[in-house]
Amino acid sequence: MDIFLQQIVNGVTLGSIYALVALGYTMVYGIIGLINFAHGEVVMIGALTAFSVIMGILGAGTGLPVGLGVAIGLIAAVAVCSVLAFGIEKVAYRPLRRASRLAPLITAIGMSIVLQNIAMMIWGRNYLRFPELFGTERYVVGGASITSLQIAIVLLAAGVMALLLVMVHKTRLGTAMRATAQNPEVAGLMGININTAISIAFVVGAALAAVAGLMVMTYYQVAYYHMGFILGLKAFTAAVLGGIGNLAGAMLGGLLLGVIEALGAGYIGDLTFGVLGSHYQDVFAFFVLITVLIFRPSGLLGERVGDRA
Amino acid sequence: MYAHLKSISLATVLALALFGCGKEEPKPAPAPAPKAAAPAAPAEMLVKIGNVAPTTGPIAHLGKDNENGAKMAVDDVNAMKVMIDGKVLKLELVPEDDQADPKQGTIVAQKLVDAKVAAVVGHLNSGTTIPASKIYSDAGIPQISPSATNPKYTEQGFKTAFRVVANDIQQGGTVGQYIAKDMGAKTVAIIDDRTAYGQGVADEVEKAAKAAGAQVVAREFTTDKATDFKAILTKIKGKNPDAIFYGGMDATGGPMAKQAKDLGIGSKFVMADGGCSPEFIKLAGDAAEGFICSIPGAPVDKLAKGEDFKNRYKEKFGTDVQIYSPNAYDAVMVVVEAMKKANSADPAKFLPEIAKTSYDGVTGKITFDEKGDLNSGAITMYEAKGGKLEVVTTVGGK
Repeated sequence: MDIFLQQIVNGVTLGSIYALVALGYTMVYGIIGLINFAHGEVVMIGALTAFSVIMGILGAGTGLPVGLGVAIGLIAAVAVCSVLAFGIEKVAYRPLRRASRLAPLITAIGMSIVLQNIAMMIWGRNYLRFPELFGTERYVVGGASITSLQIAIVLLAAGVMALLLVMVHKTRLGTAMRATAQNPEVAGLMGININTAISIAFVVGAALAAVAGLMVMTYYQVAYYHMGFILGLKAFTAAVLGGIGNLAGAMLGGLLLGVIEALGAGYIGDLTFGVLGSHYQDVFAFFVLITVLIFRPSGLLGERVGDRA
Repeated sequence: MYAHLKSISLATVLALALFGCGKEEPKPAPAPAPKAAAPAAPAEMLVKIGNVAPTTGPIAHLGKDNENGAKMAVDDVNAMKVMIDGKVLKLELVPEDDQADPKQGTIVAQKLVDAKVAAVVGHLNSGTTIPASKIYSDAGIPQISPSATNPKYTEQGFKTAFRVVANDIQQGGTVGQYIAKDMGAKTVAIIDDRTAYGQGVADEVEKAAKAAGAQVVAREFTTDKATDFKAILTKIKGKNPDAIFYGGMDATGGPMAKQAKDLGIGSKFVMADGGCSPEFIKLAGDAAEGFICSIPGAPVDKLAKGEDFKNRYKEKFGTDVQIYSPNAYDAVMVVVEAMKKANSADPAKFLPEIAKTSYDGVTGKITFDEKGDLNSGAITMYEAKGGKLEVVTTVGGK
């Protein structure tokens, strides 16, 4: 039982990171019906930006406390990713807004490749080792070991998601975004600047991605130019699992996917009598994606914007 | 008839003329060259030596380490002004990056063959060394790997394949025995990264540990690019083994040891040579304490030339030796020794001399068996204490 509990702890930590990234996919899909395949790369840019800023601050001997250095790194990553996503939307997607749905999808994939290559040119092909900045406290709860870092990741993710929900449901900006998602033309007639609303969706998604990037880097202590690719695909799967376009769905999907992966890797060997080993861990996410697409294409919680499916 | 004879004789004359030219031409060309140069300096003979290692990607630090070792040897040889066939040998290192990827490994191997290198030092990983070895064998280019330990490399019957490191049968056997006997582990969990190296060494450790009376309670797998090992480690935690052996490299081993500690696993963490580096300790952090690993060969700093090598390396490159730069250094030296004996830089001529090598290198005495494996089978076990790898014991060897 404690093993099961431990896998749940592993899964929830990973899942809350997936959820943050999945929200970026789901917000953009919800508002313009586009699957932004470059979103995983935004996570990567966020992680690498945070890496450079944090290592720069701490390495320069400025004597700043570590926590402050990380906070500045996070703010820098959020800023860079927000500007990046704003730029991507303006350059790659806005001119194609009235084109067929396939066109922006292809530019999204193109954007993803471009960003990977830019990152490769700036940061190189090597794996950048992110040192352990905070000492790790380990707690044992019911036989499962939980580290302070895991708790911090889950709490930060929960806090950021709560802020997002408040923004979307309680502010004028959020109302404008929801209105644009429901019907952009009518929203425009009501005096809402739909371009701004769409840009905000991209920027907020990118800010969440930057936070997720820092989390992934701190959790696994490594950052590299193609780290966003698989992570992005998995987060996309999480968004589809929960019901793409649905904010609560992305959160649920992310958590579920993390747990499914952890349990899958933990028990696949036993279930298949050793035929498939735990190195098939990554397969689970995509197995889930296929299953969802076959049996419940609209996801667990369903799409909020049904007419865009 | 006459016409026939005429044409034949014409052809003969032409052929003779051509032959004559062909024979005469190379003679005057090299002759004036030494005279033209300063009388004190004899002509130089430029010989290219390839070096292949992953110098980008997760284990770039190890690739760079091998490359630096070879680079240092090349610089030393050039400074020594070795005379071969009346000319000063000038080595040029051609470094290539195989990204630890078997596909890329064969591509750069072909590239080196096309560049007409005289010998190749590499590759670093068994997974890239084995597929590349066929290409070198077909081209008749000697290949000396400083670090590929998978037995299969020299079992293919290629006359061009050598290694200046003990293979995994020797290494895995020693580590497996060490786990079961010296560490007294009754239960052991084994993980590998599904590469030729990781899988090979893990299999040998499993065999030896079982033979020595330990019980293998779990066999798990990951990949050489994975970052998350929590799921498999959690599974292992349930079996509560005395020791965990991981067949893989430091880039994945370090984070794995750390995640094991985060999960509250108290088992001893053991790796073979792929994890026996300062980088591992950096990555594992406080989880490195008590970590056990092995490096084939006697401990370098205890050997006559070892201490000097380490100091010169640090001075030249500003970093510490990771694992295999001394072996890469020796690999180049073995090639040069063979060239000296054959008095030729032609692979076809000096290749037989490599097989007959008897050379006192940085890593000890180097002689090859008929397969191209190193004769000395010494394996040194290390333990991490206070952030440093310290020698525990050296097993076997002469």
